[in-house]
Amino acid sequence: MLCIAGTVPSHDFPLVGGEATLSGDRLLVGTTSIDVNRGTPALLAAAVMAAETLELPPPFALLVGDTGTGRGSRALYAHLAEVLPAKSFKTITFHYLQPIIHWHNRLLDVIKTLNPRPCLIADAGFMYAAKMSGAARAYDLFTPDVGELAFLADEKAPHPFYTRGFILHENNRVPDLITRAYLHRNAASYLLVKGEKDCLADNSGILETVGTPVEDVLEAIGGTGDTLTGLVSVMINAGMEMRKAAVTSMRINRMAGRLARPTPATQIMEIIREIPQAQRDLTRLS
Amino acid sequence: MAFFDFFKSKKTTEKPLPPDGKEDRGFLVFENTGEVIQAETLLKQNDRLIRVMGPPPEIRQGCDLVIEFPLIEKLEILRILEEAKLPPLKMVPVSGPLLEPVDIFQVKDYGAHLMVRAANMKLTVNKKTLVIVNISGGGCPDVPYLGACMVGKTLAEAPSPREIGHTLCGYALQLAYEELRRRCFV
Repeated sequence: MLCIAGTVPSHDFPLVGGEATLSGDRLLVGTTSIDVNRGTPALLAAAVMAAETLELPPPFALLVGDTGTGRGSRALYAHLAEVLPAKSFKTITFHYLQPIIHWHNRLLDVIKTLNPRPCLIADAGFMYAAKMSGAARAYDLFTPDVGELAFLADEKAPHPFYTRGFILHENNRVPDLITRAYLHRNAASYLLVKGEKDCLADNSGILETVGTPVEDVLEAIGGTGDTLTGLVSVMINAGMEMRKAAVTSMRINRMAGRLARPTPATQIMEIIREIPQAQRDLTRLS
Repeated sequence: MAFFDFFKSKKTTEKPLPPDGKEDRGFLVFENTGEVIQAETLLKQNDRLIRVMGPPPEIRQGCDLVIEFPLIEKLEILRILEEAKLPPLKMVPVSGPLLEPVDIFQVKDYGAHLMVRAANMKLTVNKKTLVIVNISGGGCPDVPYLGACMVGKTLAEAPSPREIGHTLCGYALQLAYEELRRRCFV
């Protein structure tokens, strides 16, 4: 089963766990209903849509409210460390959590004891924590955007906020940033880089690139990177080999974006709604 | 707006902190980023020559900031903070270089919309109505919260990320917000 762990933007949202479903435009975990804005709810909604189309079980969500104080994130880190040994998730995707090094390390110690070891995907704040802990190589996949790739490439930056200027200026040189991230051991086994062209890379360089369809405005729309992480999580959990999972997900995400006829004001749910059609179109094309 | 003033001051510094003689600078460590924001505002209001910087590796916990200050003003700064019931956890001499926050903006004009990116955060407005139409990027948990609070409001109406954010991603969004306000004459 696929587990997705992250936060929702609420002060008083309790820690909840359960299979995620969609009811209209709202995400349901048990009886709890969540607005799909951006962040982990967007990732989950995309994963729910994709899994449903593929007739796969829905993802298991572990969510908690956190508006940036870190209180909810700490509770979720602690909960994960407690419950994971008793679970048998095939894939775990860690998402919007406050990057807290000691909590990350405590959780990773628990994960290392799991047998079989789940496939580990990290994005957003949890990916920052993994990198700044020096434990990036323990993960199977990171899903940075180009700005976050620059952060991974900067061996001195503990957060994207501190990425040094001379590295940020290399934004258009994705292959160089990938090389640098691997050189300093700050990348997972694979990197799925979200950008003008999405690409999958490993320590040998770029393996796959998907650049079409092109919708320039997707960069401005909050959640388009989250949906891609949700899609690739489902594909990997379904047993697809990494390259195929990445290419399939990058194509579906771009096609769903195109189908939504986006403007910079488009909201992420408008794109998520198009994922099933994009999946069907991709199947027809291939 | 003190934090953003720091970025401006990189170009037009009136009263620079002492140059790289680390022995005459220290840094203040607080419980969390929210306290750093409060302390920074307070010290700037008191005309203290401080800067928000990244902490050195030995005290780094994750998403954090410290305040760099002239050591010679240690007692005075401590007094200001204690009077405001905002004492730091530690006051430590600077023994190595502190990390500087990014100060590069990238701007994309979509015709009817304008997007500004600061570090990993992107903020987009409708140029005519000045309504914030999207926030993207970032990875800390206040980003979705900031999105929920700001999207759909004008640049003039929306709460600033500084007021309601707690993390470095929130700070980065503040920079994009300030830059958009400057470009849109708000």
